[in-house]
Amino acid sequence: MTRKLPLLTEDNTPFWQGGAQGRLLIHHCADCTRLFHPPAPICPHCGSFEVAPRAVSGKGKVLSYTINHQAWRPDLIEPYVVAIVELAEQAGLRFVTNIVGLPAEAVHIDMPVRVRFEQHEDVWLPLFEKDA
Amino acid sequence: MMFDRIFEKDVAITGVGQSAVGRPVARSGMRLTLDACLEAIADAGLKRADIDGVACWPGDNNNGDAFSPVGPNALIGTLGLQVNWYGGGYEGPGPLAGIINGAMAIASGLCRHVLVFRTITEASRRKVDKNASALTNKTIGRDSSFFWQWYTPFNVLSAINLMALYTQRHFHEYGTTPEQLAQIALTCRTNAALNPKAIYRTPLSLDDYFASRMISTPLRMLDCDVHCDASTAIILSRADVAKDGPNPPIRLEAIGAALHQPWSWDQIDLTATAARDVGEMMWARTDLKPKDVGSAQLYDGFSILTMIWLEALGLCPRGESGRFVEGGHRIARDGQLPINTNGGQLSGGRTHGLGYVHEACSQLWGRAGERQIAPHHVSVVAAGGGPLGGSVLLVRD
Ligand SMILES: [Zn+2]
Repeated sequence: MTRKLPLLTEDNTPFWQGGAQGRLLIHHCADCTRLFHPPAPICPHCGSFEVAPRAVSGKGKVLSYTINHQAWRPDLIEPYVVAIVELAEQAGLRFVTNIVGLPAEAVHIDMPVRVRFEQHEDVWLPLFEKDA
Repeated sequence: MMFDRIFEKDVAITGVGQSAVGRPVARSGMRLTLDACLEAIADAGLKRADIDGVACWPGDNNNGDAFSPVGPNALIGTLGLQVNWYGGGYEGPGPLAGIINGAMAIASGLCRHVLVFRTITEASRRKVDKNASALTNKTIGRDSSFFWQWYTPFNVLSAINLMALYTQRHFHEYGTTPEQLAQIALTCRTNAALNPKAIYRTPLSLDDYFASRMISTPLRMLDCDVHCDASTAIILSRADVAKDGPNPPIRLEAIGAALHQPWSWDQIDLTATAARDVGEMMWARTDLKPKDVGSAQLYDGFSILTMIWLEALGLCPRGESGRFVEGGHRIARDGQLPINTNGGQLSGGRTHGLGYVHEACSQLWGRAGERQIAPHHVSVVAAGGGPLGGSVLLVRD
């Protein structure tokens, strides 16, 4: 499936390219020790500029999901699963992704998942598969 | 939330207007806009020269996009207006932002009569380009949007995927069922049958709902609003001059515009969204209570959003919207809380925001014709989904 890719910026490059080293990089605040997403130059929790990307486990759980059946573009392969994954490191730390590697009907809320990167040009998309 | 100055009490709605609503309408976006605006100005008993402010959400964003082909800039000269203030733009509390901004302009002394309008020509556009509304078309090449870049790489190509995530979570947390959700679409269709301007008026059964195509689980085609060409206009007037018009003024009793969460589709409370903040704010600005509401016009761009607004506005407890709408009796035209009495956007047409205000006023003025519900004095209008949200509590004394 082709994908629309993000324009890389100083703020988002670690997230979109961490997969080149097999790492899921999430912004972390040195002052309040919390992780946050999306990446930004300032910590939204405490206002500190002492932030930097940090590798997380890449493990989490499905917070919600949907099976997309609509052929929005001719090159899509439906059905595919869009999900919000909450990372194991911190409650509320989450982002939209795809669940891959198992039949769409097998996906469920709270299913444990782990990251699996898929490279498109200079972007490594963090997708998730079932964590045994 | 605590407020010690409630500006909106200085503002009232004095007239409404709406163009033909169709799929498509053989008129330009500007012509639709003029039809709606001139009808609203006349309805308020005013002349063009009386209009000294113009507000619109989202405005035309400099691209003539079918989502909003006409903004204040184009309208002012075309209609020969002389304004003391005008404003548009996407970044605001959702489809009611024009009402909220216009009311602020009046209350702050900039204007006496503000023309608020919203034009949409998505039906015409889609005849030419089926994918005109795809999220990936918002940027050319790589996604440079601060927001959409987090979704489009994962082939979130329509807002329905995001709405479906909210719906699935609501089902999971509260036990809401597809049968309950279906009542929003069924109720809107029943109401639309009595609205001569509605797009879809043939009766709909629960079987029809479940036979409708699955788009993004658990949301079906019939959970999505129907694109149309239309323009709607509302006249806001300063309360002290509003009483001189032909219509009984409909006061803006309270406004909700709060966002106490990130402007994001996935970093917010998934089952309450920005609507939660909007509802809390609106009720913090009035002595009225949810039990005083006689009718509710609640955004149904997707059916789940109506459910979220019911809860966010305290019209039912959080998590209880499924049980509240079950069977459709409570939300029917003769129920305890009639909703979307013109068929909403699901069957009436995606007039996108101001259509709800137009309908609320029509009902409060007793001009809704065959679909008129029992007389009442208080109506709530709310619009938006995800991080977008705004509401207004309307009172006809
Ligand atoms: Zn911090």
